Amino acid sequence: MIAYTIRRLLMLIPVLIGMSIITFSIIHALPGDPARAVLGERASAEQIAEVRESMGLDKPIYVQYFNYIGKLLQGDLGRSYITGREIAPELFTYLMATFELAIAAMLIAVFFGVNLGILSAWRQNSWVDYSAMMIALIGVSMPVFWLGLMEQWLFAQELGWLPSSSRLDARTMFEPITGLYVIDSIITGNWAVLGDAIRHLILPAVALGTIPMAIIARMTRSSMLEVMRSDYIRTARAKGLSEFWVIYKHTLKNAFIPVLTVVGLQTGILLGGAVLTETIFSWPGIGRYLYDAITSRDYQIIQSGILVVATIFVLINLIVDLLYAMIDPRIKYGRE
Amino acid sequence: MSLRKSWIASIALVMVLSLFLAACGGGGDSAGGGEDILIIGRGADSKSLDPIQVTDGESIKVTHNIFETLVKFKEDSTEIEPGLAKEWEASEDGKTWTFYLQEGVKFHDGTDFNADAVVYNFERWMDKDHPEHKGGEFIYYKGMFGGFKGDKGHVIKSVKALDEYTVQFELNYPQGPFLANLAMAMFGIASPEAVKKDPVAFNENPVGTGPFKFKEWKKGESITLVKNENYWREGLPKLDGLIFRSIPDNSARFTALQSGEIDLMDGLNTDDAKQVESNKDLQLFKRPPNTIGYLAFNMEKEPFNNKKVRQALNMAVNKEGLVKTFFGDLGEPAKNPIPPSLWGYNDEVKDYEYNPEKAKELLAEAGYPDGFSFDLWAMPEPRPYMPDGKKIAEYLQANFEKIGVKANIVSYEWLTYLEKTENGEHEAALLGWTGDNGDPDNFLYVLLDKDNAKKPAQNIAFYKSDELHDLLIKAQRLSDQEEREPLYLKAQEIIKEDAPWITLAHATPPVVAKASVKGYVPHATGSESLENVWIEK
Repeated sequence: MIAYTIRRLLMLIPVLIGMSIITFSIIHALPGDPARAVLGERASAEQIAEVRESMGLDKPIYVQYFNYIGKLLQGDLGRSYITGREIAPELFTYLMATFELAIAAMLIAVFFGVNLGILSAWRQNSWVDYSAMMIALIGVSMPVFWLGLMEQWLFAQELGWLPSSSRLDARTMFEPITGLYVIDSIITGNWAVLGDAIRHLILPAVALGTIPMAIIARMTRSSMLEVMRSDYIRTARAKGLSEFWVIYKHTLKNAFIPVLTVVGLQTGILLGGAVLTETIFSWPGIGRYLYDAITSRDYQIIQSGILVVATIFVLINLIVDLLYAMIDPRIKYGRE
Repeated sequence: MSLRKSWIASIALVMVLSLFLAACGGGGDSAGGGEDILIIGRGADSKSLDPIQVTDGESIKVTHNIFETLVKFKEDSTEIEPGLAKEWEASEDGKTWTFYLQEGVKFHDGTDFNADAVVYNFERWMDKDHPEHKGGEFIYYKGMFGGFKGDKGHVIKSVKALDEYTVQFELNYPQGPFLANLAMAMFGIASPEAVKKDPVAFNENPVGTGPFKFKEWKKGESITLVKNENYWREGLPKLDGLIFRSIPDNSARFTALQSGEIDLMDGLNTDDAKQVESNKDLQLFKRPPNTIGYLAFNMEKEPFNNKKVRQALNMAVNKEGLVKTFFGDLGEPAKNPIPPSLWGYNDEVKDYEYNPEKAKELLAEAGYPDGFSFDLWAMPEPRPYMPDGKKIAEYLQANFEKIGVKANIVSYEWLTYLEKTENGEHEAALLGWTGDNGDPDNFLYVLLDKDNAKKPAQNIAFYKSDELHDLLIKAQRLSDQEEREPLYLKAQEIIKEDAPWITLAHATPPVVAKASVKGYVPHATGSESLENVWIEK
């Protein structure tokens, strides 16, 4: 297992190098000069040349690439073309905001998705099953931005129960530690902020979690149905175990492998793909950060940001692979 | 436990949780409750809070409240009034300017504002070898004052402190818009001590003399300013603080305003304007126009080198209809290149009437009785001066069709579009401009003078009129507004007659606020200092 883990980690190196080349070249192949992006309608030829020079864009492409990689290895993601600020610390705070949202969304998705799936498998072909799967179908086909706007309209504007945007009330002064506000407020024992942070989390997390919830529900259902037909489940029932025990312990454990794959993939997607949700709920996450960078054509941020997101995606896949072995000991890796 | 029971248990748990959260809702908002804080919603976060490095509107809105300039614009016009300088005088030749500063003003860090501080700021901006000439490109300094120290066109020769509260500027040549430039929020005076500490990080820890002090910046989320208790203008500011929140989506921002999470916002969808007008809890402001959206004919290419053709196309456009369709209430038809909120606007100029029949006749006179076809370039992205370039191009296309002229709509990615139009690759192209300093020179010279028709050009009509050039240069070298004004009035007549453009519209961007927000006056330049705003209880 350890050898396998190390081997998998080593395999990441060429993947990461490949990704860095791809992001670097895509950005440089795009039309339009980054120097012009900084200057906009007000650019004179001379000014553009000057800005290009100060950005290092006048050097040959391969020199630019090696400069970039050299810095990257020291943990330096470069500086924003537009603001001149260092990207790494800024990226970190945005990333933590996305983590918080993605974790909350995933918790909702897994809790409701798995239970909905179990429920419909348990009562297969009953009205319970049909309505659960109907919910899943609606969930998977509903556009996130529409759901988000409807949530805002109903819960914030009409009912006034929950705030429509951002992570905390704007008046709240709060010094984050980890950047996960829920965790930070528990650490500091600031219960008012905890409540505020959770209230702000609910709407975006539900919007973001709906699609994975639906996918997980469908996956759980089909996986459960398959396992429920196996002999050992019949034996478990025959032994007189309670239905709850049979389903949540015996069936779910074996049915969970495919579900876990979906959970892993969806988590990766949520981390990078929360742009719409983050934009609608003005959640200052990595998707928003990249979206803003793209609209202002801050190539340095786009390049480094995409690389970071891609790396996280790869890492999550790795973790999921490793988790398989823990859940199902029949899965063995390597030559042991 | 049976499965059914476990389900009931989980549902109960969810309900208890919601109750808990609802309960939190009551008490969770209390932080800062008793204070008058204005929360402003806008589309994007600021990029930098060092005003001299700012090129985006979202940054200047914030720094305008932290920093002050030597002179400033009046609350409701682009005329100049005293700021950090209480008086000033110019020499006869317009090359020596002396400013007498307010006394007893302090920066937010407690250091003194004085002549040395002013000199320090200008030297940091103009001298590329200055140790603190760092943190960005100083784009606006370069743009407004003709480059940096040592450059050929540089306006400011020297800045000297004559005594503790007197500063003297020596100019290389007189500059008409000199005072208007100094009033731009980009030229806010920063605390030298704070800049020296770290000129790059200054953009995240701004220190000025303004009515509000910088408190906190949550990136991507909000910027908090608090009242400057020691502000030198008695009794101001009226608010205890300002919070600038970024909410990128226009609809979501409007929802936040209606649900009371923010007090004031810009960037309203055209369709939502009606809803605001019918809601008595909200009030709609229209920012005075400071933009021009236009269609430029490339006068270096046939048939647009023919004045009659350009005039005919001007007559073919139903401008009223166009503005109504695409700007709604949030724009007005344009007859001059400069917006009516600027001094020097010529209201006597008569626009070409909308008359397709006459346009056809004129085309025939010009030698095109059967019309012609050309490429009409349209911007790919919404800009502040034009909400939807492609749709507007389609509208124009339909208008031109009626006089037998066929327009093929062409578009490129935005940066490529700018590059190609600057190099004159287009036949006719849509573009626009947002004013900087409320001076007519900033529109007419930049966009239509022959000096700026050299590639890469900002004058993308490649309109080269010596008559206009002489007027504009003469106006640039005068420093008295009253002497300059008639020159600009004349300039607008010449431009109308030559028709290098179809002037389409001046956008009036909307600002919406709760009805309880009082004393707010939107300024044409796009940002304002909010010391006179208060919230009615």
